[in-house]
Amino acid sequence: MISLSLLLLILPLVFSVITGFLSGKNARASAMAGALINLVVAGYAFTQFEANTSYQFAFLSDWIPSIRAKFHIGIDGINLLLILLTNLLLPVIIYTVKHEDSNRSGLYYGLILFMQFALLGVFMALDALLYYIFWELALIPIYLILLGFSSQPDFKTFVKFFIYTLAGSLFMFIAILYVYIKAPGGNFSIDNFYNNHLSEQEQVWVFLGFFIAYAIKIPIIPFHTWQPDTYTKASTPGTMLLSGVMLKMGTFSLLRWLLPVAPLALATVTPVVIILCIIGIVYGSIIAIRQKNIKTLFAYSSLAHVGLISAGVFALNADGFNGALIQMFNHGIIIVGLFLIAEIIYTRTETYHISELGGIRNEAPTLAFTFLIIILASVALPLTNGFVGEFLLLNGVFQYNQWMAVVGGTTVILSATYMLRMYQRTMLGLDRDYTKTILDLGTVEKIMVLGLVLIIIVTGIWPSILLDPIKPAVENLLNIIKIVQ
Amino acid sequence: MRSLILLIPLLPLIGFLLNISWGKQLPKKISGGIGVLAVLMSFLLVVYGWLQSSGSESTIDYTYFKWIETSAFSINFGFQLDNLSFLMMSIITGVGFLIHLYSDGYMHKDDGYYRFFAYLNLFIFFMLLLVMGSNLLITYIGWEGVGLCSYLLIGFWFKNHEYNDAAKKAFIVNRIGDLGFIVGIFFCLLNYKTIEYAALNELAAGSIQIGSAVVTTITLALFFGSTAKSAQIPLYTWLPDAMAGPTPVSALIHAATMVTAGIYMITRLNGLFLAAPFTLDVILVVGTATALVAAIIATRQNDIKKVLAYSTVSQLGFMFAALGAGAFVSGMFHLTTHAFFKALLFLGSGSVIHAMSGEQDIRNMGGLKSLKVTHLTFLIGTLAIAGIPPLSGFFSKDEILVNVYSKSFWFFIILFATAMLTAYYMFRLYFLTFHGKFRGTKEQADHLHESPLSMTFPLMVLAILAVVGGFLGIPEVFHMPHTFNEMLGKIVKIPELTVSHTFEYTVMGISTLIVGAIIYLTYQYFVTKEKLPSKSEKGFWSTAISNKFYIDEAYDSLVVAPVMGLSKWLYRVLDRSLTDGLVNQVGLTTLLSGQSIRKLQTGRTSLYLFAMVLGLILILCLNFFNR
Repeated sequence: MISLSLLLLILPLVFSVITGFLSGKNARASAMAGALINLVVAGYAFTQFEANTSYQFAFLSDWIPSIRAKFHIGIDGINLLLILLTNLLLPVIIYTVKHEDSNRSGLYYGLILFMQFALLGVFMALDALLYYIFWELALIPIYLILLGFSSQPDFKTFVKFFIYTLAGSLFMFIAILYVYIKAPGGNFSIDNFYNNHLSEQEQVWVFLGFFIAYAIKIPIIPFHTWQPDTYTKASTPGTMLLSGVMLKMGTFSLLRWLLPVAPLALATVTPVVIILCIIGIVYGSIIAIRQKNIKTLFAYSSLAHVGLISAGVFALNADGFNGALIQMFNHGIIIVGLFLIAEIIYTRTETYHISELGGIRNEAPTLAFTFLIIILASVALPLTNGFVGEFLLLNGVFQYNQWMAVVGGTTVILSATYMLRMYQRTMLGLDRDYTKTILDLGTVEKIMVLGLVLIIIVTGIWPSILLDPIKPAVENLLNIIKIVQ
Repeated sequence: MRSLILLIPLLPLIGFLLNISWGKQLPKKISGGIGVLAVLMSFLLVVYGWLQSSGSESTIDYTYFKWIETSAFSINFGFQLDNLSFLMMSIITGVGFLIHLYSDGYMHKDDGYYRFFAYLNLFIFFMLLLVMGSNLLITYIGWEGVGLCSYLLIGFWFKNHEYNDAAKKAFIVNRIGDLGFIVGIFFCLLNYKTIEYAALNELAAGSIQIGSAVVTTITLALFFGSTAKSAQIPLYTWLPDAMAGPTPVSALIHAATMVTAGIYMITRLNGLFLAAPFTLDVILVVGTATALVAAIIATRQNDIKKVLAYSTVSQLGFMFAALGAGAFVSGMFHLTTHAFFKALLFLGSGSVIHAMSGEQDIRNMGGLKSLKVTHLTFLIGTLAIAGIPPLSGFFSKDEILVNVYSKSFWFFIILFATAMLTAYYMFRLYFLTFHGKFRGTKEQADHLHESPLSMTFPLMVLAILAVVGGFLGIPEVFHMPHTFNEMLGKIVKIPELTVSHTFEYTVMGISTLIVGAIIYLTYQYFVTKEKLPSKSEKGFWSTAISNKFYIDEAYDSLVVAPVMGLSKWLYRVLDRSLTDGLVNQVGLTTLLSGQSIRKLQTGRTSLYLFAMVLGLILILCLNFFNR
């Protein structure tokens, strides 16, 4: 019996290669089939997952014996939700690809599936070198997707994104090598990294090495400037991959590879980092208010949301960790929902500019109504998934520092401001030239949008579906950090 | 019983789901029927449940499932049912049912008929959650949910951006308050490890030190949340704008139910608030100030709904003043009578607007006595709010005045004066609308008609309630049972009144006399002399009042404009030019330095070897020293 985690990893790779050789509708069908099969496997793994602290469905084998690097992957409470998220979003992302007739579509779908492979590798890796390889591997397909298949191909923006994130990763690589050399076990295993016996001074440097890579990827201000341009200019599938899944590589890694590896550094660095995160929440929200392009607006709103997720992580308590983990999942669902709607609007009006839109609700009530629900989840209305995450995160930050929670809590007000302003200008008001002919959601669009809406509401009413499996792992992680400290 | 109680909020939710999914395809009779019946059945269940539970002394707690549970805390999805929640539930579903019925007539010609019922049902669902919840977070679901419904219904006619702006403003201002509410919840979790109402009140009765910083902070935060939802200073400005919504919405949400959420929540937590005397003082000050300011503004408004809106703000101020004086039951009593007569007045104004083909300016009305039912019921509502005995408003307002007097003489005087102003602006409104000559256009005159039965029936029922509602709380001096005190006495502490009977008689007598005089003078001025409010105001005070003291303008220039400016500046200057510019600069420098470093790549192997050896030595040395 093959290990489930290996199956989850291999299937996208296999389908990626197969799809790469196909074209047109065959490529699309093959990609969709691959995504759906993996979703079923992931769903099965989710139901079979037991709420404890072990690495489940693990796969371990020798990889590079000379440097004692092993191929070790597995699923635990920290990566469980992200694995589910990645597989849930892939069908939506594949659906939004618009290159059906082009000969290159096989390549496009293949790259997306390859991206899925790399992302799942990042989430599941339990060996630092393996983790690093997947981390860098994920950059290649997204870079090619950006360059080759964007709505506004902008070489400068994408190269900047590539070099910026790559440069950040190099610091992480140095930090990984340092821990590898210094830690007593002399290997890349996660246990060795967690018990590295480095001094406080050394851990501060290791922390900084990892942190630069993550701060750029998440992004935490002031390392975020690649993000708005890239989100805006990328094609929607690319934007969805970036915002829905890829930026979670950063927030996830904080919990997996940063806090437990450099716990002694936390007392020194946390105050600065958490302040950056809180500033990011307010900063992103305020800038979002007056954005003219829907995609840029979503990019800045995303900056605010991941700021809160990171703040919850650095609050270093159970609520902050739980909140961060389920909000990574929720944010992935919500932001992809938002970009999906943006894409649906674009296919009908050929614009992302808010001032050129308006009155869409008059002829497309279902589109407008589902959009509103996703927006309400984004502004964290209770009974949507966004609320549970935001409540836990703010409560976590509150336990760290009350004033920071109040300042960060202004997101409650500001998010409503920028989202409702945008909603009013795009959806409400009088008819425009195009609104008479605008189509409401088609059947497949309905399935996609309502599927996301369903997830938003179900996990908003029963968050324990997501919370219960991850709680033991969170407790364990807290213990690891606390004991060392 | 457990599942029956669950049905009370679920029925309106089902009504919402049915209408929002298929309402468009359904004939109006069916979609309207679903909406009305859902609330009626819910109301009947409330009555049944209340009768069933009235024998039992203790409150009933139903926990359905664990909503959010972490290692630090656990929040149940549960309901707490006692006389207080049943009272609110019967107002919500009872008055709600009447307004649903009224809406059938009022909205009949509207394309969005099904949508209107869907939203109204959703509102009832969230409002029921708000009052049924056994802890602060379930109340918070309802709290934000009714805010959403308010947003949807104010902007119901979404083609009009003025309405959309009003809707957006309502939602955002309410969210400012919500931040206070949620921070209050965080404080409770951090300090008391619970947000269950029963547990919090129990703690307040036992271990909490009276006036401690923690309990004061918590209650202030929660009260701040209430100032938005219940339209008090400083966050009341959204409510007058909210009148953009269809009139049944103003009656249900922005008069009878949603805006009273803050009063309910504080009464629910009366134990905790009693442990924070400073907060109670703040509530008394804010409530009294709001009552006065809003009443002053109401005297100069010419839009029939705006007068009623400011009147609502003012009456809510009365209720908060009662809470601040520690008279929670009196607050709830006035909440109840106000729900009757203000819903009546709003629905009456809707009937007038309906008859006048959409006209809302009272200067263009007059002589509408031909609308018999509307006129008579509106008069009853006006008498009730003005405090004419024995109508409901008289008793509940009198009780608040007496309670405030026993706390502070000056606050009593201010509220007394406000009550007199209330009589003035309400009779000004009534006389200008229904008496004198008709001042509208000829088309409006031809079109004048009484509303259909579905609209006048609710008016009649509410009029009866507005007349008899006061007998639920007859003052002790008349030696009759005070139903409210008996009903809520177990849940809420009732303060001992130190006021003499002579004083009570005097207050009642004097206030009735003055109100009578005001009615006479107002009649003289507006009907006999036929004076009309002028189009342009002269004088400093008149201008200031008719412009609502420029509060909206002040908020715009002090808060909204700076945030908007900051948004632009942060984006253009700090984000794009400075931060991104710096990043690009680093990139550029790397490129340029690459150009110069390239010269080191000479191609001579010996140089490379030399550099390599040097590097190795360096690494070895470092390694050596690190040991």
